[in-house]
Amino acid sequence: MTTLAEPRHTAPASEPPRVRVRRQWDKKLYWIATHSVGIAMGVIFMLPILFVFLTAVMSSDQALSSNFWPKEWHFENFIEVFEKAPLLQYFGNSILYSTLATVGALVSAIPAAYALSKLKFRGQNLFFMLTMAAMMLPPQVTVVPLYDLWVRLGFTGTLVPLIVPYFFFDAFSIFLLRQFFLTIPKDYLEAAKIDGCNEFQAMVKVLIPMAKPGIAATAMFCFLFTWNDYFGPLLYTGETRDSWPLSLAIASFRGMHHVEWNLTMAATALIMLPVIVLFVFAQKSFVKGITFTGVKG
Amino acid sequence: MTSTLDPRAVASPSASTRTRKGNAARRRRTVFYFIAPATLGFLIFFGYPLIATVYYSFTRYDLINAPEFIGFDNYIRMFTSEALVGTAAYNTLWLVIVLTFCRVVFSLGVASIISRLKSGVGLVRTLCYLPSLAPPAAATLAFVFLFNPEYGPVNAFLRAVGIDGGLWFNDPAMSKPALTLLVMWGSGELMIIILAALLDVPQEQYEAAELDGAGPVRRFWHVTLPSISPVLLFGIVNSMIFALQFFTQAIVAGSAAAGAADVAGNTRFIGAPQNSTLTYPVWLYVQGFRYFNMGYAAAMAVLLFIVSAGFTWILVRQLRKTQHQEEGG
Repeated sequence: MTTLAEPRHTAPASEPPRVRVRRQWDKKLYWIATHSVGIAMGVIFMLPILFVFLTAVMSSDQALSSNFWPKEWHFENFIEVFEKAPLLQYFGNSILYSTLATVGALVSAIPAAYALSKLKFRGQNLFFMLTMAAMMLPPQVTVVPLYDLWVRLGFTGTLVPLIVPYFFFDAFSIFLLRQFFLTIPKDYLEAAKIDGCNEFQAMVKVLIPMAKPGIAATAMFCFLFTWNDYFGPLLYTGETRDSWPLSLAIASFRGMHHVEWNLTMAATALIMLPVIVLFVFAQKSFVKGITFTGVKG
Repeated sequence: MTSTLDPRAVASPSASTRTRKGNAARRRRTVFYFIAPATLGFLIFFGYPLIATVYYSFTRYDLINAPEFIGFDNYIRMFTSEALVGTAAYNTLWLVIVLTFCRVVFSLGVASIISRLKSGVGLVRTLCYLPSLAPPAAATLAFVFLFNPEYGPVNAFLRAVGIDGGLWFNDPAMSKPALTLLVMWGSGELMIIILAALLDVPQEQYEAAELDGAGPVRRFWHVTLPSISPVLLFGIVNSMIFALQFFTQAIVAGSAAAGAADVAGNTRFIGAPQNSTLTYPVWLYVQGFRYFNMGYAAAMAVLLFIVSAGFTWILVRQLRKTQHQEEGG
């Protein structure tokens, strides 16, 4: 695949040499110009994250002095954060929420996506449209009765209201998996069925192994979404600190340690870190998943 | 695909009508098993609450006492006597327009620069995409710090080049633009979608346009834009829906910049400064889950639903259209 948006110039043979030389210069200048803009862009995007990490290792005085570069490197700030707030517990809650929700989303969404992409049934279109609609719906729309429901069941203050729905229905996972499943030729499944597999066996033995990259991408998006989720935890665990995930804890951390921006940024860096690590290891899946959601409708 | 003839495959066409009927029943049962959990989940977590929201919107309800039917009172109050809902609606409308515009244009700009690179595409793409993964609460805190009027690096830099930086998150006129910058910084997903579309534009079209003497600007208007317009529309509608539910960044920025002790525990600083970051979803949350005016919050939710359903409808229709084109072509 060519990745060049700029047409290639092929100089006609009849051109005088000086023109050809100038064209070569133009090309070089163009290359330098685009690449310096590109590099500058990348740097600007990274600056906020860089500043977070730099401020995280400053002394608390220096963090308030509008200096860019730490005078001394206080790596112990990262340890101090854990002493000032039960970050490990928040971290554990985040892991619990994200992992269980991701498992739940895959368990419930794989069969649904399989039915949407590989089976034919009445109401299939409606099912897909409703999934899309649920995906787009602002969470605030359904929140009043849902909160009411979880209060009656006695689960507010825990992570249960956040996790359980994923075991039944996660619109985004269904949508994304369907997009991936559609790219897998039906022939393989037909062959499996001719060999005596039923639909379930065909899904488990043929489709799931073939769709591993798509499933991995979906799992990562689900993990990321729940890791970053703020509205859900604020709603259901709001007053119960023991159940807070990191996203919620971090916003309160700043208030509790008012002027200690270095510690706040250290905590901020700590919540960003798992996301960055996850991305570094699975960059391709992320990019693939993203383009799938947007273009290959 | 399979060249080996399976005896069962050969035998199947001669199967009797009875087993064929049995097959149909079995197929239906299979489909049922596959979609039953999702259907149940949809009904419990979307279907029921959607309908119940409409019911609650006609009641006065505080979670403790039984809902009391009050007709259209919540709606009337929303449109006439309550000032802050208007502020919240204005803030959200501001975001829907400005944020959508900035996000789409900025993403398009960045994507077109990346698409012109001949080497290092992967690296630059990664650097531009990474911020969009940062947890919104953390990213917002980082921006509140970066844009701190006194000691934030942004104003320090501006001072160094002789510009008066402004109060950003502490100034009602600057808080929404500052939030917009935050969102633009984190719009890497849209950039990647647009970038993929840009790279899919057939090279021959550019070459043909260039032979016809079209300059870069005309090539952009007449070749690039029409080719990527479905993706741009997706970006616009997607950004509008994003702006309609803008919550985390607004509530965290408002509270953190005002120095709230605890975002989860008080309402005093929500929307600070001067309610300029009080978005519609934030006010819905405060009404419903801080003041426990659940009925009123439900009425706000109904209005939010109507507006976002409109956008969703456009998006779904558009996606289906593109899909049909792809399947047809």
